[in-house]
Amino acid sequence: MAKITLDNLAHSYLAKPNSEDDFALKELNHVWADGEAYALLGSSGCGKSTLLNIISGLVHPRQGRILFDDVDVTQASTADRNIAQVFQFPVVYDTMTVRDNLAFPLKNRGASPEYIAKRVQEIGAMIGMEAELNNRARGLTADAKQKISLGRGMVREDVNALLFDEPLTVIDPHMKWELRTQLKSLHHEFGHTMIYVTHDQTEALTFADKVVVMYDGRVVQIGTPQELFERPEHTFVGYFIGSPGMNVIPATIDGSNAQVHGTAMKLAKHYEKLEGKVEIGIRPEFITLTEGEGLPVKVRRIEDVGRHKIVRAELFGNEINVLAPEGQNISFDMNHITFDQSQVNVYVNDWRTEGKVA
Amino acid sequence: MEKTLNHKAWFLVLPVILLVAFSAVIPLMTVVNYSVQDTFGQNKFFWVGLEWFEEMLHSERMWDALGRQLMFSAIILSIQIPLGVFVALNMPKSGFWSSFCLVMMSLPLLIPWNVVGTIWQIFGRVDIGLLGYTLDAMGISYNYTQDTFAAWVTIIIMDVWHWTSLVALLAFAGLKSIPDAFYQAAKIDQASRWAIFRYIELPKMMGVLMIAILLRFMDSFMIYTEPFVVTGGGPGNATTLLSIDLVKMALGQFDLGPAAAFSIMYYLVILIISWVFYTVMTNLEKKGGLSDD
Repeated sequence: MAKITLDNLAHSYLAKPNSEDDFALKELNHVWADGEAYALLGSSGCGKSTLLNIISGLVHPRQGRILFDDVDVTQASTADRNIAQVFQFPVVYDTMTVRDNLAFPLKNRGASPEYIAKRVQEIGAMIGMEAELNNRARGLTADAKQKISLGRGMVREDVNALLFDEPLTVIDPHMKWELRTQLKSLHHEFGHTMIYVTHDQTEALTFADKVVVMYDGRVVQIGTPQELFERPEHTFVGYFIGSPGMNVIPATIDGSNAQVHGTAMKLAKHYEKLEGKVEIGIRPEFITLTEGEGLPVKVRRIEDVGRHKIVRAELFGNEINVLAPEGQNISFDMNHITFDQSQVNVYVNDWRTEGKVA
Repeated sequence: MEKTLNHKAWFLVLPVILLVAFSAVIPLMTVVNYSVQDTFGQNKFFWVGLEWFEEMLHSERMWDALGRQLMFSAIILSIQIPLGVFVALNMPKSGFWSSFCLVMMSLPLLIPWNVVGTIWQIFGRVDIGLLGYTLDAMGISYNYTQDTFAAWVTIIIMDVWHWTSLVALLAFAGLKSIPDAFYQAAKIDQASRWAIFRYIELPKMMGVLMIAILLRFMDSFMIYTEPFVVTGGGPGNATTLLSIDLVKMALGQFDLGPAAAFSIMYYLVILIISWVFYTVMTNLEKKGGLSDD
């Protein structure tokens, strides 16, 4: 178990990166606190797997340092870092039995046979494969194989960190939930530093203490699930987290007055003069449909998802989503919307700007 | 779904039937025809039943040739398969040098067989061949026309030179199909180089290696041109492999009956060995590859 420090880290897969765009991972400083569970969230190709592979030592960074508990391991091999990593697609040693698969990392590190036998039994129970321990790994289903991969990741107790690269992609939904719960309880029990890469926000928000959101090779926000929800630091975080994501509406802002397509609106906070692309972000949860007050919208479609209704509407030609409570009747006259002003965020060139309390 | 029955459909497979008939079935039947008849010339044949087969089964000559043939196939397989795998493991995985190696290794495969034979025939000559002359100059006695051991070494090295690339290319294709995650996981699990080979690379290569072994077995079992060009089956009968012996019998002595019986048995031996081999390998595959645990 260790605290992991990323110091000035950046990586490009090109031999001679010319501009910032050539970097798969842009300059990054971050400390992963010892014993915390992190989720690394972002869309495909945003650099999250690169970051994970740099931490585990499978990729050596072009720039910067990695420290495990203040020891520089930038050039250390994967084995020396004592890291466990589970990959997106199952990696099992086909010709071995399930038991030998689980024992493999321990055997390679010279653990005693008694310890191996005991530990493999425990892990077998944890992944629910005790009965299959003596079966050959070949011919098992994809989820069984992935459970073995997970088991192999968890079998060593003394690892510095446990890294997961979208490990539950091939697992069916019920088992997914169960395994995630087990990972969480494992975390509580042993207190490993865990980093869990995913593009699934539910997975990220339920697994992690802290969620790290990446976009285009950059970490755009690190925070608790609640912070990400209420104060997205970047419009991408707003879109990406929440279902549906945050609405981002172009606006002009002068002091605490906003103009949205010519309609004036009073903001809760006061802003200095803003330069660049100015937008306001408001989550669908904080918009209310009204019968005449606020901005005019055209309601296009209403989706009843059970707990609430998602209203798909059009605001001056742009799509906007509104969440209405399940019990609410939506009449034809409800063609305006108002915002809960305390939940409005203002973005300049996609980054959030904090206003002063007026 | 209801099936329509229309016998005119047979016309659609007619071309294939004709093609196979003329390219395989009819020639094979001529051989069968010869194998059960004898002649005293003037194109008059009479029925002898299975006499030729019996004669061939008791022919020491055929058994000796079969013995040499099996030894030849066994030796070249036991060199080419491990060597091919070794080469494939050490080839650059990608980039310019990978393509370069692939092209260089394909070259021997593209050379016509009798040219391969000629190359080695000259290469090994003591008077003008680079290899033969050099060995001779170093005081090593090497003469493939007189020394059985030298003749065998020459045809084996020639076959290894000619065909190891095929095994290497197949093995390389097998290796390339292994996803990176396997190697990464092995690194994380701190697997040794041997363990990576044994538990990742070898199992994933089994399929293509099986094909390589089969191809190399069948091909080496039928080999004719190259050893014939180099040694002509000599010295004595030392390198007279099955097909060389067969041609000697059929065209040299014009013993069509025994030669036909011989070639049918030859064909059956290849068929049976290949079938046994294939069955064993696919069963292994089903049970989970080579295993000792």
